[in-house]
Amino acid sequence: MIKVKLFADFRKDRGKEVDFEYFEGINGKFILEKLKIDEKEIAVFLVNGKNKKLDEPLEDGDVIALFPPIAGG
Amino acid sequence: MFGYAGKILRVNLGENKVMVEALSEELCKNYIGGRGVGSKILYDEIDPKVEPFSPENKLIIATGPLSGTPAPTGGRYMAVTKSPLTYAIASSNSGGHFGAELKFAGYDLIILEGKAKKPVYLLIEDDRIEIKDASHLWGKLVSETTDSLRKEHGEKAKVLCIGPAGEKLSRIACIINDYDRAAGRSGVGAVMGSKLLKAIVVRGTKGVRLSDEEKVKKVVEEKLKKLREHPVTGQGLGAYGTAILVNIINEHGIFPIKNFQFAYHPEAEKISGEYMSEKLLTKRSACYRCPIACGRVIKLQEKEIAGPEYESIWALGADCGIFDLEAVSEANFWCNELGMDTISAGATLASAMELYEKGYIKEEEIKKDGLSLRFGDGRALVGWIKKMGLREGFGDKLAEGSYRLCETYGVPEFSMSVKKQELPAYDPRGVQGQGLVYATSNRGGCHVRGYLISAEIIGIPEKLDRFSTENKAKWAKLFQDLTAVIDSLGLCLFTSFALNLSDYTELFNAICGNNYTEETLLEAGERIFNLERLFNLKAGVDHTQDILPKRLLEEPIPEGPSKGERSKLWEILPNYYQVRGWKEEGIPSEETLKRLKI
Repeated sequence: MIKVKLFADFRKDRGKEVDFEYFEGINGKFILEKLKIDEKEIAVFLVNGKNKKLDEPLEDGDVIALFPPIAGG
Repeated sequence: MFGYAGKILRVNLGENKVMVEALSEELCKNYIGGRGVGSKILYDEIDPKVEPFSPENKLIIATGPLSGTPAPTGGRYMAVTKSPLTYAIASSNSGGHFGAELKFAGYDLIILEGKAKKPVYLLIEDDRIEIKDASHLWGKLVSETTDSLRKEHGEKAKVLCIGPAGEKLSRIACIINDYDRAAGRSGVGAVMGSKLLKAIVVRGTKGVRLSDEEKVKKVVEEKLKKLREHPVTGQGLGAYGTAILVNIINEHGIFPIKNFQFAYHPEAEKISGEYMSEKLLTKRSACYRCPIACGRVIKLQEKEIAGPEYESIWALGADCGIFDLEAVSEANFWCNELGMDTISAGATLASAMELYEKGYIKEEEIKKDGLSLRFGDGRALVGWIKKMGLREGFGDKLAEGSYRLCETYGVPEFSMSVKKQELPAYDPRGVQGQGLVYATSNRGGCHVRGYLISAEIIGIPEKLDRFSTENKAKWAKLFQDLTAVIDSLGLCLFTSFALNLSDYTELFNAICGNNYTEETLLEAGERIFNLERLFNLKAGVDHTQDILPKRLLEEPIPEGPSKGERSKLWEILPNYYQVRGWKEEGIPSEETLKRLKI
């Protein structure tokens, strides 16, 4: 299982969390396509809290966090 | 001079004297305005060794050349003084409408000198200036003071004031304007309190002269478009406020929990911007000419109040182990009413909680207060904030800030501060550049003297590896110098998510009719940063204080996404001094001072 946490506007019509069944080769690109999120909308793509490329294969149990461009301070 | 009003209002409170002076063109050319000009005047006019609460210290309220002009977010001012918290230079920035109104009254700066014989307030109605009795306002909360003064001087008057915390010389007291906008940090409110100055009321009806109105209109429209079209300034900040950061910072494992003992918490969602928008938000609020509107208005117990900012939510919430947004919002409300810096107030309470947890503070000591000092007790939060602001019971010790509190118990290392000022809401162990900026900030622990989080976490202007030290010295210098420019122009730092140095240069030149290049403008920022450093060196705040708390240098983050990380400050600091053109002991070299014409 791969858990995807969504934040800010990504939650609209998608909810806070979406689970994906793990299969060999599943990556960020696949997940974004399923969630209907354009790659360009992604500011931060975290896998277990670390930056990763969208086309890198994921591992079973990975937790993903997706953020649009947001800032503050 | 265009943009500038060209006048300084000098007020000697001890002698009850008011003078209007011309603002020097040369000074503005070299130090822009706001933070820059304010710092230069402080540097020239006071002995940096002066006691912050003595009448010899001065408090300068400084607008920038773009304050009160059509430039987006041009409503800001700086409160510049010697800090009673850090004993270094303080310059605290605030938004709202006060800064613009001061410009409309015809003044760029107010220099407040001496100490009044009894509580007073300053009334400015264009050319009419009066120092008036404030005995009836002393002891009043910020909203009571503001209401009372607006009733007397008209709804259009803008009010800047201190609350009881400033009157009682709390070292973490702030100055509040327009009810809930704060010049928050470094205890600037206590300096105002030490002068027995309760408030400044301003009403201005004059315009601001622009160099070329047609050109200004065009350039301003361009910059507004950039701000509106950028996802951060045009969408995210307005929709969710600064609290949108809670989740992203937590998910990176750099969200300090329980006085920086941890850096991730599964319940962060409960105090997030998303949660606030869903459950408490009623409307957004904006400062003068701001298209971003990051301010929050929330409904709490049937009352509409200002919602807490990200840093405040963290300090009063997560840092104290509290994940109850209603309790945090109420505590934030009381910090505003009492006139207390939310970051330092929350972080000081968090340090007290750790002292209690570790057995340094004994139960008997806080028994009379009747409040729990355990991490996570949201019910006690508002009670402690009130005691801190009023210096009641154990609150008297808290009002001194975390460093002095922890020092009392012989363990200053439990104060998560730099130069005795509490750190904000990002654990530098997982963001190496931000750690360097914390350590070298001229006003002590602070995130708005170079917000490298923007590059290291969010990727603006480009994504940097947050765990790496490579090139961080150069980036830190660039962010620090550019921040000094923005602060001195009188604009909001949030514009820098969408605008760059070229935009600021264009705006400044169009409005003021200047011929700055990007290089000369950034160099002015560098000049300002170096001048602040010189003030600190003369005040005795030297390189030995360019340091992070021991915990962040020695103890790795125990769990979460940044597990195992610690600050590598010692790897970057020598390189930083080099990049700055400073000697090994962090002193600007003669060549650097010559180059910068200081």
